[in-house]
Amino acid sequence: MISLTHYLVLAAVLFSIAVVGIFLNRKNVVILLMAIELLLLAVNINFVAFSHYLQDIAGQVFVFFILTVAAAEAAIGLAILIVLFRNRHTINVEDLNRLSG
Amino acid sequence: MTFSFLDFAFYAFAAILIFAALMVVTVRNPVKAALFLVLAFFSAACIWITLEAEFLAIVLVLVYVGAVMVLFLFVVMMLDINLVQMREGFGKYLPVGGFVALLLVAELIIILNAKVFSPESMPRPVGQPADYSNTQQLGEILYTQYAYPFEIAAIILLVAIIAAISLTLRRRPQTRYQKPAKQISARKEDRLRVVSMKSEKPDPDAAGAGSE
Amino acid sequence: MLTIYTLIPFSCLLAAIIAGLGGHIIGRTATHRVAIAGVAISFALSVYVLFDVLQGNYFDGMLYTWGTSGFLTFQIGFLIDELSAGMAVVVTFVSLMVHIYTIGYMHDDPGYQRFFCYIALFTFAMLMLVMSNNFLQLFFGWEGVGVVSYLLIGFWFDRDSAIHANMKAFLVNRIGDFGFILAIAAIVYVFSSLNYSDVFSQAASVENMTVEAFEGVNWKWLTIISLLLFVGAMGKSAQVPLHVWLPDSMEGPTPISALIHAATMVTAGIFMVARMSPLFEFSEVALTVVVTIGAITALFMALIGLVQNDIKRIVAYSTLSQLGYMTVALGVSAYAAGIFHLTTHAFFKALLFLAAGSVIVALHHQQDIRHMGGLKKIMPITYWTALVGSLALAGLPPFAGFFSKDTIIEAVHASQLPGSGFALFAVTIGVFVTALYSFRMLFIVFHGKPRMSEDELAHAKESPWVITLPLVVLAVPSVIFGAIFAVPMLYGEFYDQSIFVLSQHDTLAHVGAGLAGQSGEISAWKMVLHGFITLPFWLAVAGIFVAWFLYIHRPEWPSLIQSRFKLLWQILDRKYGFDEFNEAVVASGTRGLGNMLWKIMDMYVIDGLVVNGLANSVRRISSRIRVIQSGFVYHYAFTMIIGLLLLISWFLIR
Repeated sequence: MISLTHYLVLAAVLFSIAVVGIFLNRKNVVILLMAIELLLLAVNINFVAFSHYLQDIAGQVFVFFILTVAAAEAAIGLAILIVLFRNRHTINVEDLNRLSG
Repeated sequence: MTFSFLDFAFYAFAAILIFAALMVVTVRNPVKAALFLVLAFFSAACIWITLEAEFLAIVLVLVYVGAVMVLFLFVVMMLDINLVQMREGFGKYLPVGGFVALLLVAELIIILNAKVFSPESMPRPVGQPADYSNTQQLGEILYTQYAYPFEIAAIILLVAIIAAISLTLRRRPQTRYQKPAKQISARKEDRLRVVSMKSEKPDPDAAGAGSE
Repeated sequence: MLTIYTLIPFSCLLAAIIAGLGGHIIGRTATHRVAIAGVAISFALSVYVLFDVLQGNYFDGMLYTWGTSGFLTFQIGFLIDELSAGMAVVVTFVSLMVHIYTIGYMHDDPGYQRFFCYIALFTFAMLMLVMSNNFLQLFFGWEGVGVVSYLLIGFWFDRDSAIHANMKAFLVNRIGDFGFILAIAAIVYVFSSLNYSDVFSQAASVENMTVEAFEGVNWKWLTIISLLLFVGAMGKSAQVPLHVWLPDSMEGPTPISALIHAATMVTAGIFMVARMSPLFEFSEVALTVVVTIGAITALFMALIGLVQNDIKRIVAYSTLSQLGYMTVALGVSAYAAGIFHLTTHAFFKALLFLAAGSVIVALHHQQDIRHMGGLKKIMPITYWTALVGSLALAGLPPFAGFFSKDTIIEAVHASQLPGSGFALFAVTIGVFVTALYSFRMLFIVFHGKPRMSEDELAHAKESPWVITLPLVVLAVPSVIFGAIFAVPMLYGEFYDQSIFVLSQHDTLAHVGAGLAGQSGEISAWKMVLHGFITLPFWLAVAGIFVAWFLYIHRPEWPSLIQSRFKLLWQILDRKYGFDEFNEAVVASGTRGLGNMLWKIMDMYVIDGLVVNGLANSVRRISSRIRVIQSGFVYHYAFTMIIGLLLLISWFLIR
């Protein structure tokens, strides 16, 4: 029998993979953006699972909004990425340290 | 303990999901990463169907796989990326990263094994009847109770559109193009100058008239 | 009725606003019309209110709540009784006369509209002070009149001496005001209220409340409050040693000297002490201090008046001396006599100042009496009114000053208070000195040979009617006011509602009983008759005679006396060295302290340690911390993971 814990652990594993992906990835900003999508997916799985087990549709509404915001975020993130590449001719994360103190 | 279809579906899709996610963060080629991300989303959608969130599962496939991931692919292909450099330094940090990730997963699992989430305290609810419509349920609550957040979400999308366009739009000064409005509004005076000049030779008639 | 009470001060405020903000738009004539109309309305309404009060219609209520803070409410309210209504009439009457007089006196001044704005504003502040029913509004009016006084002393702000004088007045008043605000704080602490009625009704019950002022010395709270209040009164009413600002304030225009520095503002302290009589009555210590300070002021300031040569300063020292008389009256619990002297003094002193101003105008702003003389023929109206003023000041019956001053002396005589013996000596000698200096001035200015230049003499003429009219109008009460009102105001029940006197202190009742004699009736006539057989009357006559002898009969004697008693003369001419003392000790001490604070506190502690030190330490710490901010996204991500891990671990361990 699949319990709520199964779903939550799945989401936790997915979350960890995504976070470590952000940390390990040193060369490509696109991969970073993808990892962020994975993070959001993990959160969404949690929401849907709770929504089902608590029989409360509001959780799915939140997933809906998260999807909306994530889509917007992906679009703007990619646009920024393009401008970045146009100006600096690189998307190497190690080169992007202009904010260094 | 029987091994139902639902259990089988969950384990299968969960395995695919984790595998796809691992590949996303590890493969060298970003195009492949994007494709693995598609796979991850797809299996997540399948898991959501086992949770009776049919509408969101479909939306995930349509919007994410259909639109967002295509956008990712576009961008990846558009940019000229040096694949040789792609994974430099990955191995160097892998031990630290892997250790931290394992620690994180372990701690999360310990927490999530708590009593409140166990099947006894939170049993799996009985499945909905066949004529149940998840879309209708979602729509009813979304357009009533969550009407304002819904509007805000729409505006966020609009802002995202405008922002993406204005960020990437650029005018090249050297490009030549027509301005129809300017062409139509041009008048004769703008282009044509009528100059009255003295004739270079004296007018014989005028000279004769003057002498009279 | 509340509307009428409100209109009394606020019509003046409105006039001040119009004159001040719109003065240059509406022009000179319209400005003085507006200002005079505002004050005239106030005066008419004050008279109406006074008659209403005499019918028994008292009022004590609030107009507007300003704010609430815990148990304290800050209100604007009016307390209308005989004391406040009477003061309001005096203030508005003198103010109205001064407004009219100003038309003539300030005729050529470029600051004409400004001047009217200030004096209307002053009338407003003074009325707020007088009509207040709580300490906060009293303080508002108190500070308001102080500010306007400051502005008016420095009215001719292009003169250095005027700027110095107004700065001096402001600083000296600040000392008094500091005492005053401490008194208000103590009142709030002890009585938990700012309203007069609450405070006065509790005064008897807190009589025995004490506080340890020094190690082992217990002081009554009421003594502390009364002394602090009196410090405020000393500043505003120019009592020794805070008197030094008043002579210098003569740098202001003469109408101001008459209105603010003689008739009204300087009497605010007297009024305040009389109003606070329920507090002062319970503290014999405070009353003794009051009587001693008043007596010192009354005698020693009068002596300085003998040697001054500036016509306005003579009158100013005379004002100081008369304020001392009022203070003495307050000290011996003869509050009614103090207020009565305040009233009569307002009339005759304003009259003397305006007469002096009239002379000054006629001689084109010549103020030195050594360059005057023989003006009696040229300026008859000014002369006769000044004579009336001087007679009233000297306290000859039946002029107004006689009734008030004589009553004060009698009350001091009747007092059992420690220090009243000295006070009696001071005020009695003071009568002689007062008569001497006032008639010295009168004789030198109006009699004898003209000592001014030919040119000034040729141009000297009687002042226009706007100047002489107020003189005549003020001369009338200077003559008859005392005879009419002395008995009801001093011995009647006039002030019973507003002034509280313990029966063992009631010197006025004692004096009244003596006057009433067998028949039990007191009349002005009896007072006059009694006056003829007392020492002060003969001292006053002697003073006038000596003045006549020295300055008319033997004009060469004064300089002879001056050279014979050189040391005494110098002490008086230096004004006992108060100014030098203040300059040498107080001012230079303050400057030294300021320099020390500037160098050590400001330059080293504030600038060095706090301002620059903070900036330096921020720079030092941040230069180490900013290494952490690498700008690499993965560093931030890693930090986030570590944070998340720590949070989860804490959650688990807990």
